[in-house]
Amino acid sequence: MSARKPYIRSMDAWWLRDSFFVRYMLREATALFVVAYALVLLAGVVCLARGPTAYQAWLRILATPWSIALHVVLLLVFLYHTWSWFRIMPKTMSLILPSGKHLSPALVTTAGLLAAALLCIGLFLAVRL
Amino acid sequence: MKRSNAPIFWSLFGAGGMLSALIGPVLVLITGIAVPLAWALPGDLLNYEHALAFARHWAGKAFLLAIISLFLWHGVHRIYHSLHDFGVPLGWPAKLSCYGLALAGTIAAGVALLSVGF
Repeated sequence: MSARKPYIRSMDAWWLRDSFFVRYMLREATALFVVAYALVLLAGVVCLARGPTAYQAWLRILATPWSIALHVVLLLVFLYHTWSWFRIMPKTMSLILPSGKHLSPALVTTAGLLAAALLCIGLFLAVRL
Repeated sequence: MKRSNAPIFWSLFGAGGMLSALIGPVLVLITGIAVPLAWALPGDLLNYEHALAFARHWAGKAFLLAIISLFLWHGVHRIYHSLHDFGVPLGWPAKLSCYGLALAGTIAAGVALLSVGF
């Protein structure tokens, strides 16, 4: 055994040390919920292909209080995903204008959020018709 | 030099992230809350006949496949890259379970959408 006892800083819960890392982890955690929603829809499509009985069962599960509660959580997480996606977009997809300047980060974020809001309201109204 | 396959996975991640950021909230609201509760939308909006007609149309098929598949590719890409932050090594088992899930989901959705007919 070596006599050296080097100090190794613990990496346990490292991301709780700084609010920047907490926001990063929240952003990454939305992925679990996006996957969960995709699997709910996949189950619906598979049930649809199997016939009316299977599809009715899927609809009944969607109407249970547990499912409604899950979807309320999903909705909140998706809204956070939308907000964080367009907030980091100036960094992830930095557009450079022909003049050599970068688009203003605030403009990219605002335009993205506005597009999302318009599409969401538009889709909701479209399915009402 | 061997070409990297990273741009493919990153594009799928980006496309899924953009799609879910733009219309994800309203899809959850429609399919998971408004229709099951028959609140602000007709309760029969997603019934068997309507859903079948939607899934038989080529545009409906494309829409459903894009939503399911790209949401999956987006999510697993993020999960895969977060594993490292929790001390999970990024070897082939992690890669296979993450991207394998997205691939399996894409194939399952494709098969189901083809089998509902046209």
